[in-house]
Amino acid sequence: MSTTYTAPSIPPPLDPSHQIAGVRVPVRSAGSELRAIKVVWKRELIRFSRDRLRILTSLVQPFLFLFVLGTGLSRLASAGTHGVNLRTFVYPGVLCMAVMFTAMFSAASLVWDREFGFLREMMVAPVRRSSLVLGKCLGGATVASFQGVIVLCLAGLVGVPYAPSLIIEIFALQLLLAFAITAFGVMIAARITQMQSFMALMQMAIMPMYFLSGAIFPVAGLPQWLEILNRIDPLTYAVDPMRRIVFSHLKISAAARSTLDPGVTWWSWHVPGLAEAGVVAVLGLAMLTIAIVEFSRAE
Amino acid sequence: MTAAATSAQDPAPAPGAQGPAPAVSVRGLLKSYGDVEAVRGIGFDVHAGEIFGFLGPNGAGKSTTISMLCTLVRPSGGAARVAGHDVVGERDEVRRNIGLVFQDTTLDGYLTAEQNLRLHAELYGVPRELVLERMRQVMEMVGLWERRGSRVNTFSGGMKRRLEIARGLLHSPRVLFLDEPTVGLDPQTRSSIWGYIRELKAREDITIFLTTHYMDEAEYCDRIAIMDQGRIIVLDTPETLKANIGKDRVQIQTGDDRAAIDALREHFGIEATVAEGAVTFGVADGEQFVPRLFAELGQPIRSVSVSRPSLDDVFMSYTGTTIRDAEASQTDTRRNFAKMMSR
Repeated sequence: MSTTYTAPSIPPPLDPSHQIAGVRVPVRSAGSELRAIKVVWKRELIRFSRDRLRILTSLVQPFLFLFVLGTGLSRLASAGTHGVNLRTFVYPGVLCMAVMFTAMFSAASLVWDREFGFLREMMVAPVRRSSLVLGKCLGGATVASFQGVIVLCLAGLVGVPYAPSLIIEIFALQLLLAFAITAFGVMIAARITQMQSFMALMQMAIMPMYFLSGAIFPVAGLPQWLEILNRIDPLTYAVDPMRRIVFSHLKISAAARSTLDPGVTWWSWHVPGLAEAGVVAVLGLAMLTIAIVEFSRAE
Repeated sequence: MTAAATSAQDPAPAPGAQGPAPAVSVRGLLKSYGDVEAVRGIGFDVHAGEIFGFLGPNGAGKSTTISMLCTLVRPSGGAARVAGHDVVGERDEVRRNIGLVFQDTTLDGYLTAEQNLRLHAELYGVPRELVLERMRQVMEMVGLWERRGSRVNTFSGGMKRRLEIARGLLHSPRVLFLDEPTVGLDPQTRSSIWGYIRELKAREDITIFLTTHYMDEAEYCDRIAIMDQGRIIVLDTPETLKANIGKDRVQIQTGDDRAAIDALREHFGIEATVAEGAVTFGVADGEQFVPRLFAELGQPIRSVSVSRPSLDDVFMSYTGTTIRDAEASQTDTRRNFAKMMSR
């Protein structure tokens, strides 16, 4: 029977003097798009600052690589490093890694947003989808770079000097990489609606990218198959300039430099560091564009 | 399924009619997903300032319709204007003028109530100098101003729904859409939600468009449209709809329903059906009929209930089934469909 529900009692209407002042929402402009970008960016920061556990857990993997792998293998590798500590050698790669995981988690939150419904709140707003995607990518880049800065603070522990130019250049590169990785993640998140699949896919992409990038080996004198894979790997073009920056501030022998920091070559042409950063930037923008197109299409 | 459904299809479009422009105007709206027709060409107008209810069982096409009006789903055919703007051609204009409260929460639980509202204000471009005052107004209205600093994760279901209503009003929309605003809430919270809806109508210059499958809630609407199987079956004020029935509803529990139905036809000339597990029929004056029923039916009766015509009866008289039974058979249909597909 239908008697489970007691009819609601209605409060008397309020007196008209209580009227709420209306708000006229202005027509869309560049300013309103900027506000949208900013607020999506800010939300990323608020959420990150609330999540202390995430800040800690994202540091575990970089620390493992830096201190456990770097220390554990150093005796084995000492013959080939010309006196350079292995931790110093893997440090540029770890600087990249710190950024990658956080950027990936930032993009992953989009999948949660969809599952918990919040994505809808953003999707129905009278702003361009591109503003939402851009805000998200910038937010991911910012929090990931913050994570990168934590690892950057460890430079002294691995014999890298705290030179202002080094800090600025590395930070800029981390920001760029973080942006590209977030854009990559957002592009994937536009299609993948399940967290498990998303995480599996990201792991599947990130780990091989990391291992192939030259983060843990010098990129010269590789067997051909590995060299080809290395040059295809986009992450190579973030790790290599990172290493160049770090090594340019080290006082080491010429032999050590040419062995450990040979630089990426394309058919024996030495790719300049700025061009490498350009590769990352172009890829990042391409993925951002795809992400925007995909989200604009979604209803 | 007896299709007592008469022609409540398109109301005559009234170009140049007097009075304020309708808040929502729909003509021949269609939506199909592959072969499945979710909405089969509906048309209606919602007047500015009224509470308009969309009533029907789950799966009747209410949510699809609301999604089309909110520009979330693109219609397969027909046209709809909301707050004077076309839902396909002027999507952003429509969005700026509507507030939305969905069945499922769309709040960010990691943020505080205030942060959620501020985010909304930024996305909708509410002028900065007005944000704080307006936020206070809408949050006070739903009684959450004191809790503005708490994270939404810590809120109960009812509080979240109230916060969503406040958020939907933040940018002063001309039309507020509420998709099943009280579903999954306890009776007390439901009643308070209805309190806010009524209060809103009194205080703001706003049109409220809501869907529900609770008959008793539909009575609080100014006008309701009953939707079943993708069509609008009837559209009128609750009073008119009930008055048109003009009969009380009698439900009896018997040992043998079939025999009781036969006896009713034989002795009283009444056509009865089985609904919600009881033999159900309508008579003009239910209470006076009951003594005759006991005296003349000749079948053992275990219990009797007489009720004044409700919207349930309206629904039943137009669709030949109660809303609950309609939902049950919908589920069956879906189950059969799924079975078919998996073959």
